[in-house]
Amino acid sequence: MAEVTLTIDNEKVSAREGQNLLQVIREQGIDLPTLCHLDGLSERGGCRLCVVEVEGSSRLAASCVTAVREDMRVTTASDRLLRYRRMLVELLFAERNHVCSVCVMNGNCELQSLATRFGVDHLRYEPLYPRLPTDASHEKYTIDHNRCVLCARCVRVCDEVEGVHTLDIMGRGVSSRIINDLNQPWRASRTCTACGKCVQVCPTGALYIKETLSAHVEKRPDLPRRIVDARKKRVWNS
Amino acid sequence: MSSTPSGKIRLATVWLSGCSGCHMSFLDLDEQLLELNEHIQLVHGPLVDRKDFPPEVDVVLVEGAVNNEEQKEMAGILREQSRIVVALGDCAVTGNVPAMRNGLPVKNLLESVYPVEGGHEPPGLSSGSEVPRLLPAALPLHAVVPVDVFLPGCPPHARTIGSALKALLKGERVVLEQGMCRFG
Repeated sequence: MAEVTLTIDNEKVSAREGQNLLQVIREQGIDLPTLCHLDGLSERGGCRLCVVEVEGSSRLAASCVTAVREDMRVTTASDRLLRYRRMLVELLFAERNHVCSVCVMNGNCELQSLATRFGVDHLRYEPLYPRLPTDASHEKYTIDHNRCVLCARCVRVCDEVEGVHTLDIMGRGVSSRIINDLNQPWRASRTCTACGKCVQVCPTGALYIKETLSAHVEKRPDLPRRIVDARKKRVWNS
Repeated sequence: MSSTPSGKIRLATVWLSGCSGCHMSFLDLDEQLLELNEHIQLVHGPLVDRKDFPPEVDVVLVEGAVNNEEQKEMAGILREQSRIVVALGDCAVTGNVPAMRNGLPVKNLLESVYPVEGGHEPPGLSSGSEVPRLLPAALPLHAVVPVDVFLPGCPPHARTIGSALKALLKGERVVLEQGMCRFG
């Protein structure tokens, strides 16, 4: 595969053609924040936390969905980028009801730790406080839409790794909602295999195993990568 | 910063719609409270036997969301009469648990708490009853009055409160260490 040379934060870097910027940036040991990205799943470019500045373009680019190009000059951290990333985290908090203190993921939540990382000590935006349902109809799992950030990791792992595509998103903008089948109660789903991969990849307390206690939740966001790799290496083929 | 004849900082605390957990966390400063006592004079709060909010307060720690008319009035008074207003804990900072009722009709909430007979309206629905009128939504403090310092956490750790007070006593800006700035 052809090599390309680009500049990331004033350092010359070589990458393989076809790689996305996020991969290359992380290979340099730069801890670029992400939320919707998950190793092993397709890229979505939804959360915009991985935005970078690309010289010659006034628009910020989501690095997870930007391909590397020869002679690209990329900046991963600037006052402007930090300002926008913090703003994004605050807007995510303001959009739904993220009550960390009573959430099962308190202490293990990716959104909560992003807020800590960016020093979000309050929200500058008026919270919407939407009335959202919780679907606890499934025997093992619960989906609480109050905590959902619409990263769609669950949708992608259900489709791309489990291969059943039970989950999807309906609606638009702030009215978007994760649904089962054609917006049925989870219990009524005829496609769900109850594998629980959606729960393991959820970055917040939107999806959790029933009867888990706060601060005792440990999710496995590394699962998709492990499964995809194992399949590629055919470790389960006898 | 010193405004009392003894050179001590006038500190007040206020308890709005919260569980008192933030005040408990303040007490968790333990022996550091004795040290603090050298520099502060506690002039108002649940720990002080004084009903009205005094004038010329240097620092006020406010726990809880603004949930009813009385608390809204109190927020105005404490802002007016204090130099530095600190939102103490998630309820004051984001609304937190008290704000989980936002979006529910106030009348239904009050009727389920106060059983009323014969078509009477529940207390707290309108102004003038003994129970302060419940606001349409529980609000973070900064939605009602300007706030100078935010200390998130449910409750904020005693260390967080301690380091913020130390900075304020020295007249410095409060900059929380990264791990200290956390919701929940």
